Amino acid sequence: MVDVVSSQSTKFGGRKQKLLIEAGIVGAIAILLIFIMPAILVGAGQAFRVNLLGRYLALAIAALGIDLIWGFTGILSLGHGIFFALGGYSLAMFLSLQLPSGQLPDFFSPYGVTELPFFWQPFYSLPFTLFAIVFIPTIVAAILGYLVFRNRLRGVYFSILTQAALIVFFNFFNGQQKLINGTNGLKTDTATIFGQTVSSPQVQTVFYTLTVLLLVGGYALSRWLTSGRSGRLLVAVRDDETRMRFSGYDPTLFKVLVFAISAGLAGIAGALYTAQSGIITPQAMNIAFSIEMVIWVAVGGRATIVGAILGTLIVNFAKSILSEQFPQIWYFFQGALFLIVVTVLPGGILGWLRDDGVRWVRSQVNKRRPLQTYPSLEEDPDVQYERKNLANRKPDR
Amino acid sequence: MNEKILQIENLTVNFDGFRALNDLNFSLDKGELRVIIGPNGAGKTTFLDVITGKTKPTTGQVTFKGKPTQGKVEYEIARMGVGRKFQTPRVYLNLTPRENLELSCNRHKNVWNALFGAPSRAEARTVTGLLETIRLETKADLKADLLSHGEKQRLEIGMLVAQSPDLLLVDEPVAGLTDEETENVGTLLLALAESHSIIVIEHDMEFVRQIARKVTVLHQGSVLCEGSMDDVQNDPRVIEVYLGKQEDNPVAA
Repeated sequence: MVDVVSSQSTKFGGRKQKLLIEAGIVGAIAILLIFIMPAILVGAGQAFRVNLLGRYLALAIAALGIDLIWGFTGILSLGHGIFFALGGYSLAMFLSLQLPSGQLPDFFSPYGVTELPFFWQPFYSLPFTLFAIVFIPTIVAAILGYLVFRNRLRGVYFSILTQAALIVFFNFFNGQQKLINGTNGLKTDTATIFGQTVSSPQVQTVFYTLTVLLLVGGYALSRWLTSGRSGRLLVAVRDDETRMRFSGYDPTLFKVLVFAISAGLAGIAGALYTAQSGIITPQAMNIAFSIEMVIWVAVGGRATIVGAILGTLIVNFAKSILSEQFPQIWYFFQGALFLIVVTVLPGGILGWLRDDGVRWVRSQVNKRRPLQTYPSLEEDPDVQYERKNLANRKPDR
Repeated sequence: MNEKILQIENLTVNFDGFRALNDLNFSLDKGELRVIIGPNGAGKTTFLDVITGKTKPTTGQVTFKGKPTQGKVEYEIARMGVGRKFQTPRVYLNLTPRENLELSCNRHKNVWNALFGAPSRAEARTVTGLLETIRLETKADLKADLLSHGEKQRLEIGMLVAQSPDLLLVDEPVAGLTDEETENVGTLLLALAESHSIIVIEHDMEFVRQIARKVTVLHQGSVLCEGSMDDVQNDPRVIEVYLGKQEDNPVAA
């Protein structure tokens, strides 16, 4: 017993050290992104890429949320566009109201609106807006999640339901000209914040820096949630929810919690993206966009956290570069990418690096592969048979 | 000593006109080990489903430790002290045996504790002890996915015990195990019976003989007869519906 305790404490010490190293690396990357990356890009005459990088880093925050709910917990949401848009609209409404008092945002006049709709009122306040960006998506997700998970709808039914919800929200935002300018969306680039135009370089730099910092925060939150006991419980939900229930856990609450947190992350991402792209429209609730979010995570690697960020950056930069060169082929490329990931790299880029990459590199430099199993096992026909026929049997995800 | 831990009165479960359980009465003393046998479709698994809250009874009621379980869902009943092992082993495949046991062992199964709690020393010690009991010490930190069928069975039984329930429900624990593993599981169950009440559902008559003190035979959703292994084996009704004629069934002989 003494041995166990002492070995655990040394393990704990090692973990602390590893965490410190990880924090150091993350900090270094953040500093690189905030101070050095923009200078490099501007120096290379690619200043507009700084803005793109900022936007994609914002999208990466949403991808973290998808990784939490899909990668770790195994619940595929195809409706995160809702939460992204709710966050984006919250900020855009606040920015639209930065006007001399008594004046209405311009887009209202063609529709003959003379009085601000009631739900715009609270968005005069910055603290409320900041609260709304995170918590409106969170609360909507919690309600939706509770209703769905309580009835034990799972798997593909949940995915379809999120798509249906997405269409409902899309149609609402798209159709209500008099409330939120319908299909035209809300423009934020000409608005002002603290007396400065939002699209000015100074304000954009602030938003860029904020994005990096919040991405680091999102990363830390995801790491914390997926480590230790809560992380094991997320895996337990994914592996066998029924077992969990019979062990005395209520999986509904865990699922609602993770879904709500991932929605909050998507809300933050939506606000930051809106601030840097200058507009939010109902297109953020386009079905394709919500599916794209899942593709980013799949490409980077499910349940890896870093993979979600990496996948988002890779896919989106590929998208912007390819569509500059060959505007027609991007969608083919995206489809191909998804197929390749599903068929060849089911673990995504990071999953491949973790599992096979090391071995592959080693075999390339001609070092002997470490022995994986007993040679006799490899030749045993019974083992081969079992491997062939039973290895892929896994419970439904 | 005759305190009842589980009492079931006039229980009927009706699936679209099919009576899986039919006016069933059953009771279990505290600390008892009971084996339930019966032909396929006799309602054995439905019986466990009702006790654990997975299936709602059409009529009748279940009383556990003097409290009715009516209207309670699975996790609430589990927290009252009912542990269940499934027919096929259900463990968390992407977690290690140690983590599997730790999750079951955890006393505070709410969300708050999941986020901010950490396993206590005492829990870590319980888990280590359990790993020894189910003889998985050497594989404690491998993914459970890599365990053999028998090891998964033992791990799941370990998880039940970690929950420290008052009543263990064990559904066909030796299905698909080798003779040696079967005997191990039997010994494990007998050891557990010293401090728990246990209901075992089993088909393997040799195994039943190894562990049984009192046997209940289910047939068409009700109790056909109850008694010691010998009584049951010699009951003509049981031979008729389940065991078969003695001449052509060496196990029953």
